[in-house]
Amino acid sequence: MDRLLLVISTFCFLFGFGYTMHALGARVYKASRLNFFAVLTGFLCQTGFLYVRGQMVGRCPLTSLFEVLIFLSWSMVLFYLLIGPAYRLSLLGAFTSPLAFLFQVVALLLVKDTPMKAKTPPNGWLELHAAISVVAYGAFALACVAGAMYLAQERQLKSHNIHSIFYHLPPIHDLSVANNRLIIVGFSLLTVGLGAGFALGGIFTHSVLTAWSVGVWLLYGVILTAEWRHRISPRRVAWLSVAAFSVLLVTLGGLNFIALKGAL
Amino acid sequence: MEILCLGLSHHTAPVDLREKFAIREAEAPAVASQLLAAAGVSEAVVLSTCNRVEFYVAAEQAPQGFAAVNEFLTARLAEPPGAAFFQLPTPAAIRHLFRVVSGLDSMVLGETEILGQVKKAYATASEGRTTAKHLNKLFQRAFNVAKDVRTNTNITRGAVSVGSVAVELAEKIFGRLKTCHVMILGAGETSELTAGALSARGVRSIFVANRSYDRAAALAEKLKGKAIHFEEWPREIHEVDILIGSTSAPHHVLTAAELAPIMRSRPDRPLYCIDLAVPRDIEPAVNDLEGVYLYDIDALRAIAEQSMGVRRQELVICEQMIERHALEFGEWLAGGRAQAGVRYSEVVSGGQG
Repeated sequence: MDRLLLVISTFCFLFGFGYTMHALGARVYKASRLNFFAVLTGFLCQTGFLYVRGQMVGRCPLTSLFEVLIFLSWSMVLFYLLIGPAYRLSLLGAFTSPLAFLFQVVALLLVKDTPMKAKTPPNGWLELHAAISVVAYGAFALACVAGAMYLAQERQLKSHNIHSIFYHLPPIHDLSVANNRLIIVGFSLLTVGLGAGFALGGIFTHSVLTAWSVGVWLLYGVILTAEWRHRISPRRVAWLSVAAFSVLLVTLGGLNFIALKGAL
Repeated sequence: MEILCLGLSHHTAPVDLREKFAIREAEAPAVASQLLAAAGVSEAVVLSTCNRVEFYVAAEQAPQGFAAVNEFLTARLAEPPGAAFFQLPTPAAIRHLFRVVSGLDSMVLGETEILGQVKKAYATASEGRTTAKHLNKLFQRAFNVAKDVRTNTNITRGAVSVGSVAVELAEKIFGRLKTCHVMILGAGETSELTAGALSARGVRSIFVANRSYDRAAALAEKLKGKAIHFEEWPREIHEVDILIGSTSAPHHVLTAAELAPIMRSRPDRPLYCIDLAVPRDIEPAVNDLEGVYLYDIDALRAIAEQSMGVRRQELVICEQMIERHALEFGEWLAGGRAQAGVRYSEVVSGGQG
C-alpha cells in the first residue's frame, strides 16, 4: 500500500514534468493549473506514504536512506506548494517535478527498503531534530531549483540568445529573492533542528552525522553571510545554492551509512 | 440577413487617403444612424482608427447594404470611394472582423491595441442603439475569438519594436521597475522613446545627461526626470540600474575598465545597459562584467525580429482557429436564414471576397 502511493506520486511528478516540457516544446505553454495539480496530487500521495510508513515503523519515517529521500522530496514539494504560487513562479513546479521524480526513482529502484518496527520507544527530540533537518534540506533543494532557473535565465540575458523558455521564466530578480529566502528558511530550520539535537545531547553520540550536519549548516551560513554583507553577486549565490545542494546530496550516501548503523 | 464589411486599411490605402475617410469618435453614432436610414439596413458599427476605417453592416440583401455605405461616402467625400475601398460580403466580412480583432490584420502583427479600439467602436454603436441581434452576436463572438487566439497561440509573444524589447528585457532583469533608477546619456529621439516607455512602467527616477545642458533639461522635463551636467554622470552611475546611451560621441563613453570597479562595489545590484548610439557609446566588453547586461541596437533589433518570426509562424494556426470560428458563426447565421428559406451552402458559395 505504502509503495503503491509512492509509485503513484512518482508518476504524478513525471507527468507534471513531461506535460510542461511538451507544452514548452510545442510553444503552447501557459501557466496551467494542470502541472500544479499534478504536483499537488504527488504531494498528497507522498504524505499518505509517509503516514502509512510512520505507522508501520512506529516513528517518524526517517530510519533509512529510502525514507530520507522520500522525506526530502516531500519537504521540497511542500516548499514549492507554499512559495510557488505566491511568487508567480509557475515554472518552478516544472523544475521541481524532475528533482522529486529523481529522488523517488532512486529510492524505489536503487535503495534497499526494509521497513522495520522500532524495538525501542521513539525519542521525540531526536525525531524532531531529524525531521526538521530534513525539511531544511527540502528548502535547500528548492533553493537549488530556483538557482538553476536563475542561471538558465541569466545565461540567456547575457548571451542575447533568447529561447522560448525565456518568456516563461520569471525575472532573475524574483528568482534571486526566492533563492535567498529559501536559503534563509532552510538555514533557520537547520539551526532549530541542530539546536534540538544539541539541547537533547543525543546527537553528540553520532559524531560523523553531527559533523556532517554542522558542515552543511556552516556551508549555507557562509553563503548567507556573504550575501548579507553584499560581497557576492546573485549569480554566485545561485551557483553556490546549486553546488551546496549537490554536495549535500553526494554526502547523503554517507548519511545512509550512518543511518544503517542506527544513528538516526 | 447579410453581414457586410466595407472600408479601407493600411493594406489598401496610404495615410493621406485614410485620413480623408476618417470618422471622429463623436461622429460615429450619427454616421451609423445615417446608414440605418437606408432601405434594408438594420444594424451598423463604425470602426475608425489610424490604420483603418471600416463599416460593419447587417442588411436584408447585400446590394442594399453596399449601396447604403457607398452612397453615404459619396455624399460625404463628394466623390465615389474609389478602388482602395474594399467591400466584403458574408462570410468574408465575418472572417475579416475576426482577423482584425485578433491583430492579424494589423500593421504590427499580433498587436493588442486594436482589440480595445474595436470594443470601443462596438460600445459606441451599442449605446447609439445601432446594433441588434446579428452585430451584437458577431462582435461578442469576435471578442471571444481574440481571447482564444491570444491565449492559445504565441501571436502576441515577445516585443517587436526596439523600445518595447528594451523594456521587456528590463522587466526580465528587475521584475517590477518601480525601484529602478534610469540614466540617459544623450538626448536623442530613440533614447527619449525608450526612456518614455520605461517611465510609463513607473521607474523611480530618470537622470538625463547631455553635452548641451538645455537639451538635457528639456528632455528631463518631458520625462519628469532630472537633468545633470554631462561631466557629472560618472558620479551618478553608482546608483543607476538602467543606463541608456545615445550620444553622438565618436568613441566609447563608458568602457569596461571604468565600469569594473563600480560593479565590484555593488556586486548584488545588476546594471542593464541599452546602447542605442552608432557609433556605440558603451564598450562591448562591459557585457563580460558580472551583473552587467549590455544590449546594443543590433541585439535589440535581432530579438524584435525573432519575436516577429515567431508571430509569423503562429499565423497559420491563428488562421485555422479563425476559420473554425467563422464557420461556426456562419452556421448560426445560416440557421436564421434557413428559417427565411435560404440554405447555408448559398451563404458560403456566394461569400468569397
